[in-house]
Amino acid sequence: MHVIEVLGPGCAKCQYLERVVREVVDGAGVAAEIRHVTDYGEIVSRGVMATPGLVIDGQVVLAGRLPTREQVAAWLGVA
Amino acid sequence: MTAIATRGAHVPVPLALGLAVGAWLAAWFVNLPAASWVAFEVLGLERGSHLGEAVGFFLYDVPKVLLLLTGIVWLVSFLRSFVSPDRVRRVLAGRGTVPGTAAAAGFGVITPFCSCSAVPLFIGFVEAGVPLGTTFAFLVASPMVNEVALVLLWGLFGPGVALAYMAAGLSVAIVAGLVIGRLGMERHVEDYVWSVRATGGIAEIRPTPDERVREAWRSTVEIVRRVWPFVVVGIGVGALIHGFVPTDLVVSLGGRDNPLAVPALVVLGVPLYSNAAGTIPIVEALLGKGLPLGSALAFMMAITALSVPELVILRRVMKPRLIATFVAVVAGGILAVGYGFNLFLS
Repeated sequence: MHVIEVLGPGCAKCQYLERVVREVVDGAGVAAEIRHVTDYGEIVSRGVMATPGLVIDGQVVLAGRLPTREQVAAWLGVA
Repeated sequence: MTAIATRGAHVPVPLALGLAVGAWLAAWFVNLPAASWVAFEVLGLERGSHLGEAVGFFLYDVPKVLLLLTGIVWLVSFLRSFVSPDRVRRVLAGRGTVPGTAAAAGFGVITPFCSCSAVPLFIGFVEAGVPLGTTFAFLVASPMVNEVALVLLWGLFGPGVALAYMAAGLSVAIVAGLVIGRLGMERHVEDYVWSVRATGGIAEIRPTPDERVREAWRSTVEIVRRVWPFVVVGIGVGALIHGFVPTDLVVSLGGRDNPLAVPALVVLGVPLYSNAAGTIPIVEALLGKGLPLGSALAFMMAITALSVPELVILRRVMKPRLIATFVAVVAGGILAVGYGFNLFLS
C-alpha cells in the first residue's frame, strides 16, 4: 500500500499530475492512497518550493516538473 | 520539436532536437518572402495601401512572433532546469542587503515563476532566512523581466529596447526590494508563514539531460498554447494600427506633451495581465506611430508586474498593508521609468 501525495495549490499542472498518477495507479492495479495537498504551509514543510510536487511514501520524488507515466510507474515499482 | 511530443521515447532526443532546430530556421527564413507573396501576389493587395500594409504586417508578424516565442521559451525552459529554487534561496540567504537584493532581482529573470509557485517560493525564501526586501526584489523581477517579454521586445524592436526594458525592470525590482526591506514590514506577513519548517530539507532532484529537453518542450507547448490567441489578436490590432491609425493621434494622446499618458497606460496595463505576448505587437505598432519609449515601457511593465490574480494569490501570505505597499512601490517605480525614459530620450 503506497501513500501518494500530489502537492499543489490547484493549478492546471497539479491537476494534470494527479490525473497521470491516478491513471498509472489504476492501470497497474497498485494499492495506493492518493491525496492532494493544497495547503501552502504543508507543501513547503514537505520540502517543495516549486509546484507541482509529488511525494511517494514520504519521499519527495519530484518538484516543479511533470513526470512521464513511465517515471511514475518506476517510482511505484510497477515499471 | 513536434517529433518529441508525438513520438515520445521512440526518436532519440538529440535527433529530434536537431530536426526541430532545422525546421525552425527554415520557417524563420521563409517567413518574409512567403508573407509578401501571399499579401501582394496571391491576394493581389496593393503595396503601400492601408489594407495592403495591414495584411502584410499581420501575415509576417504572426509566424515571426510565434516562432520567436516557441524557440526562446524552449531555450529558457531548458536553461532554467539548471537553476533550482533551493540553490537560489541558499545563495540569497547569506548576502548583505544590497548585494542580496540585486542578486535576487537577477535570479528573478531566469528562475521559474508562475503565479502558482509564488506562494511556496515566498514561504520557502522566508523559511531559509532570506530577508523580506530581498524576497520582494525576486517577486517583482520574476514576472516583470520574463523571457517572453524580453524575447518579443528583442525580436520586434531590437536589442536596445529589450536591454532598456531589462535594465529598467531590474532597477524597479531592486529599488522596490530595498524600500520594502527598509520599511520593516515583517509583521505584515501572515503569521503562519513564520512557523513553517521544511522538516526534511528542500528536495533537490537532478533531472537527466533527456528529461530537461522533454520538460522544456512540455512547458513550451503549454505556454505557447496559452498565449497564441492573444498573440494573434494583438498582432491583428497592431496591424490595424499600423495600417489605419494616424500618427498625429498617437503622438498627441500618448506623447510627451500629455503628462497623464504614463499613469493612464499603467492603469490600463493592470487588467491586461498575462497578455504581455498579445500586447507587445500592439505596442510595436504604437511605437512605430510615435508613442514615446518611456510610455511604452511603463505600459509593458504594468502588464507584467501588476496583476490582480497574482495579488489575490499573494494575499495568502501577506496582510493587506503589505500588499498595498507592494503595489504602491512597484507602481511608483514604473511611473519613474516611464517619465524618466520620456524625459531623457527625446
